[in-house]
Amino acid sequence: MNAIKKYAGLIWIILGPLGIHYLLQTASSEIAKKPGIDTQIQWGVFITVFYPIAIGFILFGLYALEGNYDHLPESSAELDDYEAKPL
Amino acid sequence: MEEKNETKGIWKVIGASSLGTLIEWYDFYIFGSLAVVIANQFFPKTNPTAALLSTLATFAAGFIVRPFGALVFGRLGDLVGRKYTFLLTLVLMGGSTFAIGCIPSYESIGFLAPILVLILRLIQGLALGGEYGGAATYVAEHSPAHRRGFFTSWIQTTATLGLFISLGVILLTRHMLDADPVKSIEKFNDWGWRIPFLISIILVIVSIYIRLKMKESPMYTRLKSAGKTSVNPLKESFGHKANLKMVLLALFGATMGQGVVWYTGQFYAQSFIENVCKVEFDQSRTILIWAILFATPFFVVFASLSDKIGRKWIMMIGMLLAVVSYNYLFKNLYSIADDKTKTEITEKKDVKTMLTPIANTGDSIRKVVTKFFYAEGMTMIHTKTDTAYATAGKATIKPLVAVSKTLSGNDYWKMVGIVCILILYVTMVYGPIAAFLVELFPTKIRYTSMSLPYHIGNGVFGGLTPFIATLLTTIYTDNIIVGLMYPIIIASICMVIGAIYISNKIDPEVND
Repeated sequence: MNAIKKYAGLIWIILGPLGIHYLLQTASSEIAKKPGIDTQIQWGVFITVFYPIAIGFILFGLYALEGNYDHLPESSAELDDYEAKPL
Repeated sequence: MEEKNETKGIWKVIGASSLGTLIEWYDFYIFGSLAVVIANQFFPKTNPTAALLSTLATFAAGFIVRPFGALVFGRLGDLVGRKYTFLLTLVLMGGSTFAIGCIPSYESIGFLAPILVLILRLIQGLALGGEYGGAATYVAEHSPAHRRGFFTSWIQTTATLGLFISLGVILLTRHMLDADPVKSIEKFNDWGWRIPFLISIILVIVSIYIRLKMKESPMYTRLKSAGKTSVNPLKESFGHKANLKMVLLALFGATMGQGVVWYTGQFYAQSFIENVCKVEFDQSRTILIWAILFATPFFVVFASLSDKIGRKWIMMIGMLLAVVSYNYLFKNLYSIADDKTKTEITEKKDVKTMLTPIANTGDSIRKVVTKFFYAEGMTMIHTKTDTAYATAGKATIKPLVAVSKTLSGNDYWKMVGIVCILILYVTMVYGPIAAFLVELFPTKIRYTSMSLPYHIGNGVFGGLTPFIATLLTTIYTDNIIVGLMYPIIIASICMVIGAIYISNKIDPEVND
């Protein structure tokens, strides 16, 4: 199971940039089709909101690939141990 | 005897927390449900700046400010305590809702009106972002470990019940302002829409009174007296790998799937019935009201079950069922109201043409209203509006066409049944999730850590469902259910991540 968790991380790492690319491409084509302020705000909000989420998704994939999800902490003490190691 | 001690006073805690949270959801939804009426009052389409503020009010409040509110109030809740934080969110939400009901229209005070509405809507979003995490944490920290799912499920019912009450209040107010239904709707659109906003203040005052009498969470009190509260919850939640990885797991393995299932089952279903199936205003809302009424007890049923068999698989099965059956269920909704599958009673067909002259032109606005009757009991009103030109041979290029269908009793209840199934999926993914999130994070950063993934999952992924789904139907116009691709893809990814990475183990000790 831990091997699946690790290698699936690669998929999440790839999906992040793919998502951003699809979002930017759709946004530019939709704004070109309907160049009103409403369309620009709408897509501006989508990009502002989903861009950091996509980065979070890449980070999630990276953590998975590093094996950080092989064991999930079962008490705060385990988290406290980690707190000595900031990002 | 031991259990009796453990749960002593828990119903007061649940009652006080749930009532406040329910009111917050009610306040948040009445704005969304009355968006068209509010837009006419405050954001005239003819003025581009007002229209711009309208777009901001729609998007910013739900999708940007909500997660931001989760951070602000989550931090506050971990620093000063749960009780005062979610008391503050209640005051902010109730106050801004009441104030929206008092703002004079754009015609009376000009630009100040839409600016005030925008500011108050942003405060609403901020307050909602802070409320849920506090209420769920507060109840969970009072609950015994083996019944944490059951007790927190009462908080989980509040979002759906808030929607239920907002729909009920709007429908009642819309029909009680005059004996003549048409005049009543006119009065509602003119000034009656303010009533649902204004009555909110009574509910909020009652809720504040109850919440003031509540005590701080026992776990938080112990932590505080031991001097172990977090100094910087934001840094501890998101600046340390061990916590951040759990926040990311909560978002991508649970809350983003839960969010899209929640919004598809309730908001998108209602929007689909009204705008795609063309079912008339009242029926499209009462269908949802009945379905909510029948399905809501299952929040408690599935959350209770999660105390026995674990949270994970109930949520994942809910997502799986949604992914595999959405296309089938929505196609069925469409075919129930599809006039092509029905037998028209042609002799009962009724056509009326009305001409309203346009001053000084000789042209007229022509409205042709055709009423169709079907053997299955359905009626359909087809209204075509165009300009009848005085000049021969000149015709309107694109006449306005509106279709409104009234379903027969049988078809109406079939739709209630389908929407009820959609909400059952919501109860599976949403019922156990509060207990799941509480168990994922330690007490000292729980409010902050669980609020953010919840509001990104529910507010951003979920809240955008109706917009993205509708957007997809404008891009791929030949497929009426193409909008479902968004929730299906998001729920599928979330389900795979949840199934692989999330543990089904119930944490017996959240007092850490």
